[in-house]
Amino acid sequence: MFITSAIRTLWLTFLHLFHKTETVQYPEQKPYLAPRYRGRIVLTRDPDGEERCVSCYLCAAVCPVDCISLQKTSEPDKWTPEHFRINFSRCIFCGFCEEACPTSAIQLIPDFEMSEFVRQNLVYEKENLLIAGTGKVPDYNFYRVAGVTAFDKEKGMALNEAAPVDPRGLMP
Amino acid sequence: MIGVLIELVEATGILLGVTLLAAGLTFAERRLLGFWQDRLGPNRVGWQGTLQIVADMIKIFFKQDWTPPFADPVIFVAAPIIVLTTVVLGFAVVPITPLVGIIPDMNIGLLFFLGMTSLSVYGVILAGWSSNSKFALLGGMRAAAQMVSYEVFMGLAVIGVVMLTGSFSLSKIVDAQTNMWFIVPQFFGFLPFLIAGIAEAHRLPFDLPEGENELGAGFHTEYSSMKFGMFFVGEYASIVLISSITVVLYFGGWHGPFLPPALWFALKIGFFIGFFILLRAALPRPRYDQLMSYGWKLMLPLSIANLAITGALMLSGIG
Ligand code: SF4
Ligand code: SF4
Repeated sequence: MFITSAIRTLWLTFLHLFHKTETVQYPEQKPYLAPRYRGRIVLTRDPDGEERCVSCYLCAAVCPVDCISLQKTSEPDKWTPEHFRINFSRCIFCGFCEEACPTSAIQLIPDFEMSEFVRQNLVYEKENLLIAGTGKVPDYNFYRVAGVTAFDKEKGMALNEAAPVDPRGLMP
Repeated sequence: MIGVLIELVEATGILLGVTLLAAGLTFAERRLLGFWQDRLGPNRVGWQGTLQIVADMIKIFFKQDWTPPFADPVIFVAAPIIVLTTVVLGFAVVPITPLVGIIPDMNIGLLFFLGMTSLSVYGVILAGWSSNSKFALLGGMRAAAQMVSYEVFMGLAVIGVVMLTGSFSLSKIVDAQTNMWFIVPQFFGFLPFLIAGIAEAHRLPFDLPEGENELGAGFHTEYSSMKFGMFFVGEYASIVLISSITVVLYFGGWHGPFLPPALWFALKIGFFIGFFILLRAALPRPRYDQLMSYGWKLMLPLSIANLAITGALMLSGIG
């Protein structure tokens, strides 16, 4: 019956006066952000303090809004990017770049307070993106795991990597 | 001469108080709606947001006061004035305490109130008509149909009180309730009256003339700045008016033990204002045909039956 249900609704709504409000008083009271919250993007370093990014362009390729721009350095035997630019006014914080990155270089962190008055200021350059630490992946170093020669490490010396097999040595 | 001056000061005081109260209600409503929806509502400007009204007023005064080129300029400007004036004039007959009130013992007080609420319908209809836009016109049409049909049984519902008192004067009606509030003998007059009152103030759930989600803002779609502000204040003033009249007719006006009369009156109308806001928080808007059938098929027979039974009981000497 309409009347009884209306009265019930009125009463239940009235009781909400004594409920706890859901509002978070934002600037004074910070909301809890989960560790894997997808916010501002950083470029991290490996445990040895070197830049992780190897300029593979996977993040730029996967980005659905094409807001990552980077360029590998022209110095020989170096793979770090010469410039690395993220346009946060276009980024949709989908996290695809983080998933695509083979070296865990690019990471999204729990921080969304990046408002600017000038739109151009939302374009972050490499020096704005690069942080000193390892971010969410504390002890991963791509070069120590991957089977490539790097610094003093020869092929087969990487973690979990077997020594290379000489196929001719298998001859009977 | 001094008497006239005192009357003038009193009248100005009451009307100013009503307008300010109406403005304050816009804040109170938002706060209360917030709590009822598990939010906080506006709480930034001033202590707990109390200066929000001032901020709103400043904002609304500095908005562009625009009359659309396709509107009928004279009626367009007149409509909000009619709404606000008629509603505020309705307070002239409200007895607030035994001593305070502009003309509480006017012998046609109740008729004056009914007349003023009927006139304020014109403001709404003219606003819809003169705006010359579809949504406004639809809102105005709904207002016309809704308010006219709800006015019918509003008038019939209060006749029960008039029969018991034998007078249209609101102060006499309050006096007649010294021993028993009219809510007891006239409960089935009170229900249609309150519902008609909500419809008259076109408040949710009977805000079909506005119907934000289907008509933009209904009859005041084309209004901006202070002209819109007048509709707004008018709406809240009519909440206060309907609450006051309900209290006067059915809840014994200023009567009540221990506390001073003015406080009793304020408490009672506060209760009804809160109830109006709660209605807005809780109930959805009915469909247009439902609104009409509630009015004509439920409320009108109910108020006629109430009238007939009250009359019968009075004639038989019981009531
Ligand atoms: S989070 Fe998504 S949109 Fe933003 S840079 Fe990464 S891939 Fe592009
Ligand atoms: S995917 Fe990772 S390693 Fe590759 S370019 Fe982007 S940040 Fe650098």
